[in-house]
Amino acid sequence: MKPSKFVQVILFSSSLLGIVCTTQAGTLEKIAETKTITMGVRDSSGALSYTLGDGKYTGFHVEICKRVIADLEKKLKTSIKVEYQSVTSQNRIPLVQNGTVDLECGSTTNNATRQKDVSFAVTTYVEEVRIAVKADSNITSIAQLVNKKVATTTGTTSVQLLRKHERANGVNFEEIFGKDHADSFLLLESGRADAFVMDGSILAGNIANAKNPKDFKIVGEVLSVEPIAIMMRKDSPASFKTEVDNSIKAMMKDGTIAKMYKQWFQDPIPPKGNRVGLELSENTKNAWANPNDKPAEDYIKK
Amino acid sequence: MSLDFQIFCKSTFEDTYSPRCFGEFFQFGQGTADPTYLDWLLTAWGWTISVSALALFIALVIGITIGTLRTISNETFLSKVLIFFSNAWVELFRNIPVLVQVFLWYHVIPMLIPILKNFPSFLLVSIALGFFTSARIAEQMKAGIFSLPKGQRMAAQSLGMTKVQTYRYILLPMAMRIVIPPLTSECMNIVKNSAVAFAVSVSELTLFAMQTQEETSKGIEMYLGVTALYIVTAFSVNRVMAWIERKTRIPGFIAPSSQGSH
Repeated sequence: MKPSKFVQVILFSSSLLGIVCTTQAGTLEKIAETKTITMGVRDSSGALSYTLGDGKYTGFHVEICKRVIADLEKKLKTSIKVEYQSVTSQNRIPLVQNGTVDLECGSTTNNATRQKDVSFAVTTYVEEVRIAVKADSNITSIAQLVNKKVATTTGTTSVQLLRKHERANGVNFEEIFGKDHADSFLLLESGRADAFVMDGSILAGNIANAKNPKDFKIVGEVLSVEPIAIMMRKDSPASFKTEVDNSIKAMMKDGTIAKMYKQWFQDPIPPKGNRVGLELSENTKNAWANPNDKPAEDYIKK
Repeated sequence: MSLDFQIFCKSTFEDTYSPRCFGEFFQFGQGTADPTYLDWLLTAWGWTISVSALALFIALVIGITIGTLRTISNETFLSKVLIFFSNAWVELFRNIPVLVQVFLWYHVIPMLIPILKNFPSFLLVSIALGFFTSARIAEQMKAGIFSLPKGQRMAAQSLGMTKVQTYRYILLPMAMRIVIPPLTSECMNIVKNSAVAFAVSVSELTLFAMQTQEETSKGIEMYLGVTALYIVTAFSVNRVMAWIERKTRIPGFIAPSSQGSH
């Protein structure tokens, strides 16, 4: 007897699910076998990861990943083809989990909740959440943002940060949510918002690429500290993570990473030759001196 | 993979769970509790419904007017101007993607008309969505009126009715009934298209999903919740329209459609 249509549908969908679940071999084996690696990149995550157009991507994290892949090639004794996959804050974790992306080189915060789903390489950059305002603004601290229009980007931890700050201090901001960082920056630029609260590197990157970078400044206290790291699938045994970590640790030890930091955060960067102009923070220095993959929660406790 | 719907009972501030799942929003006079993600979800639903309702109102008023204007006979100079204007309206708003229109209303038009800068984004996005949909409704309205036999207009005029009377008592009552099925689709589309409002900072369902999946790492649960509410809303609209279609049907006038909706 033939199974009914309904049963057929169920069987078909569950077999699809089965395919998805069984493809999760170790990342290192997958790369060795297919001789390709898919790098997750961002379109505009400040100097960490951004596009030059034409399907080309670059940035501090993208360049670190390229070196990691070069080390992998030596280790596997084969050339590896690099494919780029643009990701967003919304889809980066699912894409890493389901095997679309092998190595995510964007601007992902390493936190405890995410560590349940994915793993992170050692922290390469420690982000500080700051406030960007127009150069002629009098705002110098978060306390002065009360009842002001504050832009931030949907799908980021800064939204939650502002909400918690409002409640803890019994104050009110008029939040405006940009759909991406470029949009939030446009809100500040066009005067719809008085301030833009976001990760320092993203603020600096957007200012550097603005029509007139001198019109903006980053002010105020550090609102939050978050370790940013390269993200990959959770493998067991974590042989891929070990390779990535070793490669990055070597860069930290021989000073390559410090040179790269200078190249991306202080020297002129493509495409326009602007400078981000972000000093190396103490937190980032510490992360390089003592390589670790501790989540953001551990930074708050300090 | 397991789904964890408990997450909706979680406070949006702390790592605590509300026993009744509702915090601040529906505290039923039992003291203040932290708002939960469920509270936020329902507030977001409220925004989706508000944007859709206001946009639908704008779309219906303008769409029916513009659609009717496109069918008037072009005898006088005034009627020629009106026909040109309504045709231009439809082509303008029908040929620009809705998201682009939303950005135009939010970023570009306020530059030209400074007073719009003080308008809340909720209003601007409703206008954008309303105008976009009005072009589509106008097109259906025109088709509805043109589908009536020519004799109806002639009969009305030979009875001595003015143009306005012809439309008010003869053409529109028939045409409106004919266009209910395509109108149902438009009304449901407006609910779904209201998702573009997230792009201009209206905290509706799509913005809720995008933000909370980041905060909670429970994207699938959040998107399932949002999907369910979109389906409930769009389907309710469908049922209401089917009810209107049934109530307004006049036996023998128009070939009866089988089950109400399109």
